Amino acid sequence: MPADVDTKIITRQFGNEEAKNIEVYESLGGYRQLRRALGMKPEDIKAEVKASNLRGRGGAGFPTGVKWGFVPADAEDVYLVCNADESEPGTCKDRELMYWDPHQLLEGMIISAYALGARNNYIYIRGEMMRETPVLEKAIADAYERRYLGEDVLGSGFACHITVHRGAGAYICGEETALLESLEGKRGWPRLKPPFPAVVGVFGKPTVVNNVETLCNIPYIVEHGSQWFADLGVGRSGGTRIVCMSGHLERPGVYELPMTLTMRQLIDDVCGGIWKGREVKCVIPGGSSMPPMSADELDVPCEFDALMTDERIKPVEVAPGVPFDMGGGKELRTMAGSGGIMVMDDHTDIPAVCARVVEFYHHESCGQCTPCREGTGWLAKISHRVAKGEGRPGDVDLMASIADGIAGNTICALGEAAAWPVLGFLTKFRAEFEAKIKAPKEGAAA
Amino acid sequence: MSLEFSEQAKAKIEALRERYPIAQPVVIPALHLAQAEFGHLSDEAIQLVARTLELPYAHVFGVVTFYTMFRREPAGTNVLRVCTNVSCMLRGAYDVLASIEKASGLKAGESDDDFHIVEEECIAACANAPAIVCGTKYFLDVEPDQAEDILDDLRKRPRPESEVL
Ligand SMILES: Cc1cc2nc3c(=O)[nH]c(=O)nc-3n(C[C@H](O)[C@H](O)[C@H](O)COP(=O)(O)O)c2cc1C
Ligand code: SF4
Ligand code: FES
Repeated sequence: MPADVDTKIITRQFGNEEAKNIEVYESLGGYRQLRRALGMKPEDIKAEVKASNLRGRGGAGFPTGVKWGFVPADAEDVYLVCNADESEPGTCKDRELMYWDPHQLLEGMIISAYALGARNNYIYIRGEMMRETPVLEKAIADAYERRYLGEDVLGSGFACHITVHRGAGAYICGEETALLESLEGKRGWPRLKPPFPAVVGVFGKPTVVNNVETLCNIPYIVEHGSQWFADLGVGRSGGTRIVCMSGHLERPGVYELPMTLTMRQLIDDVCGGIWKGREVKCVIPGGSSMPPMSADELDVPCEFDALMTDERIKPVEVAPGVPFDMGGGKELRTMAGSGGIMVMDDHTDIPAVCARVVEFYHHESCGQCTPCREGTGWLAKISHRVAKGEGRPGDVDLMASIADGIAGNTICALGEAAAWPVLGFLTKFRAEFEAKIKAPKEGAAA
Repeated sequence: MSLEFSEQAKAKIEALRERYPIAQPVVIPALHLAQAEFGHLSDEAIQLVARTLELPYAHVFGVVTFYTMFRREPAGTNVLRVCTNVSCMLRGAYDVLASIEKASGLKAGESDDDFHIVEEECIAACANAPAIVCGTKYFLDVEPDQAEDILDDLRKRPRPESEVL
């Protein structure tokens, strides 16, 4: 696959300072798909989205049309909330989507709100995104002025409102139920599921939470149809994918590409290879929550299902030869997650990276569940001492057993997000951790 | 001492109340406004927000302590958020943080009149690592030897977070 094929759809305006201006957006065909959508039946739009194979770009890759289908048919008040909390380490696309092309997101949201029958809608934007917030607010004000928003959208009788709601610094508020708690003006403590937000969401009402990138794709599905969108992708994954390429690369960047490209092609062809003429050692494929891949696993496409099932990726283990059980005997390879691809060269100190990852989840644990609160604390302590070369005999197994004890035993998936990378690093780079363990002094009690 | 919001902030809070079916969701925006007007969230500022939205003080206090952007102490004008998460770490973020600390004479977590230095988690600029954000301004692909320039830039054109409400 040549790297120069132009597959840009939702990132077309990146770099164009003018595109955030509503007149320019309109002159490029903007809001035409909203007009078209308003002439369609909401059910037909929902059916198109389902048939398009659009999958959530926030982390879980859940089929968007299926999620929309969970909203009870007789629901009266429905809310659509755009998750713009982007804070998964390695992920830097939603911020750019909002900054360069805010109306694209608004058009996607308004069409989605129409399909869902959602009148009041929110963009929950990360508090630290202070450059992007006014851009969105201006775009919304302009959209009201031109009646793309308001009590009577383009004379259709459909009422649609969007409010930007700023967070205030808490990674956990990217988790959808924590986000809804935060939107309600509370501490961002994740809720037990079920009930799922599509049934009981914000203010006790059915709520669809979708990621920024997910919603930006909606106008193009309306424009070109579900088949076109599905054909852009592969298998059960429609559309393009934005990958955020970071780390030891010659040309890091945010690229919108076909999901058929392999990790190795992304690194070598798209990003010009590893910096300083070095070799690749490790890749985190979907934000730091996802198990890392080693250099010999990179010929797998960066597509949702491939990363979960391709047998060239070694399953994550809790001990050498003992696979980690995701539940029901299901093995864990890795996941495409948020599209944040972190690339490490052959000089990288893996235990140090592992300790930094763990420190993050420890810092961001909301503290509700004992396995997550205590487990991430212990992991942070032990992984740091191992990284410093002060590990004690048994520490490697201890890390694995603590991580295994967190996963599956918590309210929200932050528990897994902390456990999976640890188990993944230990599975694929175990020798590096063991090399950091201090041999017990002779004669001393172990 | 009992604090009051400016007329502008009051109007903003009133407008926001219209956007939600209940008053409680306005608490985070109101706290951002209070922090912008008073510099930090003292007991009095928290009381003001509680009174304005008719919420229990304890609830508002609980919100303040959950979110890292809210501060209970005064801070320097420019809040420099220096990312040290993995993508930035891989490209030298700890050296950048050290040089910012040296140039400012402040450790992460400390403030003087002009600056407040924060060691931050990923700020969604990973493809341009190491990255720093200060209010509306991003410093991207930062090299350690740029620390003095960054601080000078901010002294000339401060970027207080209160610019954005
Ligand atoms: C700990 C944690 C953090 C998350 N952070 C984000 C985030 O920053 N942005 C995001 O869109 N989704 C995030 N998610 C995923 C959301 O819970 C949710 O699945 C997503 O917003 C749904 O949108 P989508 O279906 O369009 O992907 C996070 C999940 C977890 C468990
Ligand atoms: S798993 Fe961690 S972050 Fe999630 S609810 Fe439990 S303690 Fe909070
Ligand atoms: S890791 Fe530093 S900006 Fe994402």
